[in-house]
Amino acid sequence: MASKFTRSNSTGWMMAGPAAALMALFIVLPFIFAIGLSFTNQRLISPNPTQFVGLSNYSQLLGVGLLTLEPERDDAGAIVREADGSPAYPALRGYTRNNEDYPQLDGMREWFSVSLGDSRTYVLARDVVFMKAVVNTVIFVLVVAPVQGGLALVLALLINQRLRGINVFRAIYFMPVVVSIVVVSLLWRFIYDGQSGLLNNLLGALTFGAFPRIDWLGNPSTALGAIIAMSIWQAVGFHMVIWLSGLQTISPSLYEAAAIEGASKWQTFRYVTWPGLRNTAVLVLIVITMQAFALFAQIDVMTSGGPLDSTQTIVFQAVERGYGKQDISGGSTISVILFVFVLAISLLQRWLTREKK
Amino acid sequence: MTSLRLLATSLAITTAMSSAAMAQTTLTMWYHGAGNEVESNIVNQIISDFNASQSDWAVEMQSFPQAAYNDSVVAGALAGNLPDILDVDGPVMPNWAWSGYMQPLQIDEAKIANYLPGTKGVWNDQLYSIGLWDAAISLVTRKSYLDELGLRVPTLEQPWTGEEFMDALAKAKASGKFDYALDLGTAWTGEWYPYAFSPFLQSFGGDIVDRSTYTTAEGVLNGDAAVEFGNWWQGLFNDGYAQATQDPADRDNGFNSGKYAFSWNGNWAALGTLDAYDDVLFLPAPDFGNGPKIGAASWQFGVSAASEHPEGASAFIEFALQDKYLAEFSNGIGLIPATASAAAMTENYKEGGPLAVFFELSEAQALVRPVTPGYVVAAKVFEKALADIANGADVQDTLDSAVDEIDADIAKNDNYGF
Repeated sequence: MASKFTRSNSTGWMMAGPAAALMALFIVLPFIFAIGLSFTNQRLISPNPTQFVGLSNYSQLLGVGLLTLEPERDDAGAIVREADGSPAYPALRGYTRNNEDYPQLDGMREWFSVSLGDSRTYVLARDVVFMKAVVNTVIFVLVVAPVQGGLALVLALLINQRLRGINVFRAIYFMPVVVSIVVVSLLWRFIYDGQSGLLNNLLGALTFGAFPRIDWLGNPSTALGAIIAMSIWQAVGFHMVIWLSGLQTISPSLYEAAAIEGASKWQTFRYVTWPGLRNTAVLVLIVITMQAFALFAQIDVMTSGGPLDSTQTIVFQAVERGYGKQDISGGSTISVILFVFVLAISLLQRWLTREKK
Repeated sequence: MTSLRLLATSLAITTAMSSAAMAQTTLTMWYHGAGNEVESNIVNQIISDFNASQSDWAVEMQSFPQAAYNDSVVAGALAGNLPDILDVDGPVMPNWAWSGYMQPLQIDEAKIANYLPGTKGVWNDQLYSIGLWDAAISLVTRKSYLDELGLRVPTLEQPWTGEEFMDALAKAKASGKFDYALDLGTAWTGEWYPYAFSPFLQSFGGDIVDRSTYTTAEGVLNGDAAVEFGNWWQGLFNDGYAQATQDPADRDNGFNSGKYAFSWNGNWAALGTLDAYDDVLFLPAPDFGNGPKIGAASWQFGVSAASEHPEGASAFIEFALQDKYLAEFSNGIGLIPATASAAAMTENYKEGGPLAVFFELSEAQALVRPVTPGYVVAAKVFEKALADIANGADVQDTLDSAVDEIDADIAKNDNYGF
């Protein structure tokens, strides 16, 4: 049963000790508290005693329901139409508010709806804002992880050359990483400004005024994209450095061999560079994914989740509830859900990128 | 020889000074005004005057940026580390009092009998905080604009009706002279929303929570009056009268540089506007059917529950309540002095002064935000609902879910003791 951990290795434990103790104190312990608090009605500040409430925080956040409605018909039995020709349906609030026939839907709101023939099926959620936060976060991760990782690799390949002044480029690409994300967010708010922002002026000048001015952060259809673009730009330098270190571990003799064999640039990348970067790629992918799930500062500074919840994210909701709305139990519940979510995805990634023997 | 004597003398003086300081008990104070030099100077002046006026107490101040102040107090309280003297935003006070962060003031009520109602922080029939000033909002415009658009000048006795107000916006828009007819200040987030905009809702006949019970928002935040308000609010943005997202620079300078015909702004910005134009008018809020309303209550002073010397903390607050300090704050940063006698001592608020109208507005129209510990959460819910409606969300659905969230919060807190 002797494993690496149980074998006497005092030097190793002494080295790991301080870090392990701090992590236990500031990460593991609070998280255990969070799991406990998610089953109570703990408030941030309240003179009331804390009570155990079971799973109600979870059902409050994750509860969903289905409701299929037939279109309204007039006395002759014909379907009543809206002004734009689509069928009119009875108001949802008649079912979700104080309707004794539908107690399970009480307090729910429309998340989205699907039309099947004349009838329409509504997917209702008890907490639509949280659902939107989950969807936005997943979209953010799905876009940022490949794009940022790929872009960082391209940059790393570009700066991994023996050129005069290459360090200047390395510094330029790495610079945004050093600046605090809060400062970067504030600056980009000016860039995205709907009236006289840099981006609008630039696009206007390039198209000789043909491009309409867009309120990038104030428009629900562009806000999340704007934040994604800015986030990719900000952290791409960090991953570039990791790729670079990976590139420099590849033995030059492999490249010499490839050159002698007459490999093209693409073949060199495909059969020498990429296999040599395998472990780096796993690291970069997992790190980006976990960082992307923690999206918070940009949202807090730039949009506060708006407009129309188009930039709500899971961590922003956790902070907003736990601290802003003084609902520690709600915030803890969101944290636990996020933990399970990220854990599941990390395990999946590990399984997908495992050594296949 | 001389240098030795000098040394001995200075030693003696230092010892005397430090022993004098030893006799005073130190009281700590937290203040929200970090970054505002004028404000800091006035508060520091009051503190040094107070420290010199008696030998029992010495107040020491720590300033926080306003945006981080409330969080700092909550964090301080959770860590058991509150100062003796706090300043607190009026509507937040019930939350802190209910949570046991604050204790009632030991101040003779007669001393503040003539204070503006919005400056008195009363919760559960006890005085917890008192403000040296109040703040008021007005509809800012210029006489020349009104003349040009052919509009009458509304008065306190006869404010504009809702129709007249909308007519004014329509004419301002039609004139083509302005980027937008109305500057609502949507660039400001947080407490600005409930402070500045819930009075519109109240003028329509709704409210954030039902003030008769304080245990629900059902019917008042999603009733007919509230939906009418919501449709009106959404119309302001749909019809292009105002911006749902605003450049902060436009909020600070837009009206003064002629981008807007009307600005919904507070007295603290009035001095800047007076500098920009010589025909500025500060108009009362329009009446949407249930009387014209503006918000009341600003930052106030209180004593923390953790204070071991509440009598000293109260003594300091009582000392700060002198008319000359009220007048100094008013002259320095344009706030409304809490008493008429202090107003008479100021440049702007004395009878016939350029800002005197704010004192009257505060007296005549001001309505405090719901006095309940639940206000802190309700205010956030209200802000989000208004922002969503401004961005095009369905009015009835948005207000319904705001009611659900406020009611759920009240239930989760055992009705906040009501």
